[in-house]
Amino acid sequence: MNTYIYPLLGGVLIGFAVSLMLYFNGRIAGVSGIINGSLQLRKNDFLWRISFIAGLFVAGLILQFFWPESLSSNLIRSDAVIIIAGLLVGFGTVMGGGCTSGHGICGISRLSFRSIVATLIFMLMGIISATFFRLYFAGVL
Amino acid sequence: MKSAISSFFIGVLFALGLGLAGMTQPQKVISFLDIFGYWDPSLALVMLGAIGVHFVLFKLITKRKTPLFAECFHIPIKSNIDKKLVIGAALFGLGWGLVGYCPAPAVTALATFKLQPFIFVLSMLLGMWIYKFFSPKNKL
Repeated sequence: MNTYIYPLLGGVLIGFAVSLMLYFNGRIAGVSGIINGSLQLRKNDFLWRISFIAGLFVAGLILQFFWPESLSSNLIRSDAVIIIAGLLVGFGTVMGGGCTSGHGICGISRLSFRSIVATLIFMLMGIISATFFRLYFAGVL
Repeated sequence: MKSAISSFFIGVLFALGLGLAGMTQPQKVISFLDIFGYWDPSLALVMLGAIGVHFVLFKLITKRKTPLFAECFHIPIKSNIDKKLVIGAALFGLGWGLVGYCPAPAVTALATFKLQPFIFVLSMLLGMWIYKFFSPKNKL
């Protein structure tokens, strides 16, 4: 049962977090956008971004301490694949103006057509990429 | 200052949600995307929960004239589908399906002090920088 309850409750927490970001700071909690914006080092637009990112990391420490299984990774991928994936995620989220949180949650919640299209595309490409990797490259790359 | 402090706690809440949801376990994300393999559909509920909450609260919050700690709401107003959106989302999806990390869970996973999340996050920052470098006019 937890298999389904935990994801739903986790999603609810995320929904509250992005709502609070809007309520307090008037910002969309799109994580790729927040990270990318922090790289620009703009005055008066840096502190809230880096604080949010620090919050993600501190929550990671809390999870690691109390519930390390939640951060477990047993995925076998070579460093080269991880680097390529990281480059694609960084480049793609900035080019496409959002990631799973910005388009997938914030955008869809306000029924943004752009975000609905973007989410359908990155889900579809994610499915293709995960499937092809398992079929042809698992254990090789 | 208020915005920085609130953002910190919002970040904590956000990532605790990710952890509870299972989004910080890349193998779980891969099983969700690999619909023709041993498909694990449970992560669809993350989106359902998050969108369900934010769909309602977005409407209530934006009835206010301003947010609590800022002068105005920063809500994207673009509505056209352009090449950048399509290609960008496609490239992001390709990368996401390879290793199961999207930006927020990757940053959260840095707290494990393991090598994989570090390599991923550094590459992601480099990818963001490369895009900016080749198109300096594009501001997110």
